[in-house]
Amino acid sequence: MTALRRVTPQLLTLAALVALITVFFPDFLRIELVNGRLVGPVMDILKRGAPVGLLAVGMTLVIATRGIDLSVGTTMAITGAVAAWTITQGYGLAPALALALLAGVAAGLWNGMLVAVVGIQAIVATLILMTSGRGIAQLVTEGRILTFSHDGLAFFGSGALLAIPAPALLWLATAIGVALLMRRTALGMLTEAVGVNRAASALAGVNATVLLIAVYVASGLCAALAGIVATADIRGADANNAGLWLELDAILAVVIGGNSLLGGRFSIAASVLGALIIQTVDTGILLAGFPSEYNLVIKAGLVLIILVVQSPNLALHWYALRRAIRSRRETALASAKETG
Amino acid sequence: MNPRLYPLAATIAIFLLAWVICVLQFPFMLSTRVVGNLLTDNAYLGIVAVGMTVVILSGGIDLSVGSVIAFSGVFIAVMLRDTGLHPLLVFALLLIVTTTFGAAMGWLIHTLAMPPFIVTLAGMFLARGAAYMLTIDSVPIDHAFYDLLDDAYYLMPGKGRLTLIGVVMLLTVLAGMIVAHRTRFGASVFALGGGEATARLMGVRIGRTTVAIYAFSGLMAGLSGIVFSIYTSSGYPLATVGTELTAIAAVVIGGTLLTGGAGFVFGTLIGVLTMGLIQTYIVFDGTLSSWWTKIIIGLLLLAFILLQKGLLRVTAVRAEA
Repeated sequence: MTALRRVTPQLLTLAALVALITVFFPDFLRIELVNGRLVGPVMDILKRGAPVGLLAVGMTLVIATRGIDLSVGTTMAITGAVAAWTITQGYGLAPALALALLAGVAAGLWNGMLVAVVGIQAIVATLILMTSGRGIAQLVTEGRILTFSHDGLAFFGSGALLAIPAPALLWLATAIGVALLMRRTALGMLTEAVGVNRAASALAGVNATVLLIAVYVASGLCAALAGIVATADIRGADANNAGLWLELDAILAVVIGGNSLLGGRFSIAASVLGALIIQTVDTGILLAGFPSEYNLVIKAGLVLIILVVQSPNLALHWYALRRAIRSRRETALASAKETG
Repeated sequence: MNPRLYPLAATIAIFLLAWVICVLQFPFMLSTRVVGNLLTDNAYLGIVAVGMTVVILSGGIDLSVGSVIAFSGVFIAVMLRDTGLHPLLVFALLLIVTTTFGAAMGWLIHTLAMPPFIVTLAGMFLARGAAYMLTIDSVPIDHAFYDLLDDAYYLMPGKGRLTLIGVVMLLTVLAGMIVAHRTRFGASVFALGGGEATARLMGVRIGRTTVAIYAFSGLMAGLSGIVFSIYTSSGYPLATVGTELTAIAAVVIGGTLLTGGAGFVFGTLIGVLTMGLIQTYIVFDGTLSSWWTKIIIGLLLLAFILLQKGLLRVTAVRAEA
């Protein structure tokens, strides 16, 4: 019940958006079964939202520890390049997936070591991989767009299982899996503890260093999955454009999900809803017939509203205002009693 | 030597060393032509990095500057195309718009008590979106005054061209040095970077300073946009994507601490020139692929951060002893 209350603002936003788009585009909620798979704008959003949704899962954990991971978009490019390279070298699907995931783990380990062991601020530590990572991806693809024709790998981008697009399934499974892992074990609480106060949690017996590294590795793994989806979708690895600026969308999804950039309590469900909101805005603007130039301005407006709603300062003002009203009413009542 | 000068000294030393290596391999790198081009090609980056230095010194971050530069270019191009206003008047209008934009972000950061990262992220979307709404095409600037600005240069000995925008960049750095290191506002910025609570106890007006910091960054981004529009003679809403991160990298390489409270505007100039030098070297070499630029800049970034970490530890140990 409390979990549902936590994501109520996000659900309401999503519902309002869907209602708004339906006004302009009545067929928005229609889903049909064509050639054994479900198609429709909603399925399209679930499918296209997969990369940002996957990134948002890892980013939520990183932000919960009071960190930030700017390198996920670049990690997508690296892992996509690795997967495509392995396939074009003729090694088959399993090695391609394994190597791509391994590259994601390596990227996460690098970031995690810099943050947790060397003690560099997360934003700078991950900026290093962000600036140099596209170079590494280009090194793998040798500056070209590596194309491949392998149905097994392409399945992760355009395939369908039980009539549902594979990227959507992968994304939802990851989100549910990580959320269960965090909430059914103590891991989630320990992550929050490190985010609130690393020194205190270390004194309380949490192995903060290992946990921090693990969080960045999780983010790298999520980025690797997103990279595989993005590469499979276009059947090629584009080192320059794969995942470009998606780290910002992922951070935005986490913030729309009501998670504080200052660490502490987090909700993966809310972040995933945040990613859905972003994708709904993107797709909705196109469907409703607005020029796509409005997209960024609407996004900015959305962020601004959310910032105002979340602001600790305004909450304090609101609280003070309510208390003032209540105390005035009580004194009015008391004086009324005295005179009466 | 004052230990606080170590990062700056290291930055300058590495820049000179890199140049010596370049010159040993390609003697022509010493010519004034290369120097002139280095200044001209990095003019817009140098200007915006000055604003970023002040923001980072205060412990904040401004992600909106790349979008503001693109918006500036589009704004100028569209205004010159659709109205008969003189470019100088358009420049003045633009600087008012971008400064107000920065001030509004600073006000939001202070009033809402939200992290600068997310507020300026919204600003980044808004500025880029505003540029898209003006036009989605690349708009050429065709104005006699622009030709004049483009052709204004001083011929240095050795036929190197010291262009107007290169000089503007150097003057901006000088102005930035004065603002950051010699004014009351600069002292407030450093105090804020050292810690908000202590700054408040020292009597720094936090709200006013925060607004001024981001307004300054907006002003620099607007100026950089003007320079970029002179450099490219056009306005394009997709231009300078990611410039904010390049500027942050230049500031860090220049020896400014990202936690705020310590650094030098002059170091940022060296940081910008170091990155420009690497690019020039790769052009001169001709066999190295462009992706090595990115990898080398990343490694440089790491080296400087580790150096700073080490220096901080050394000074901390010395302070205890």
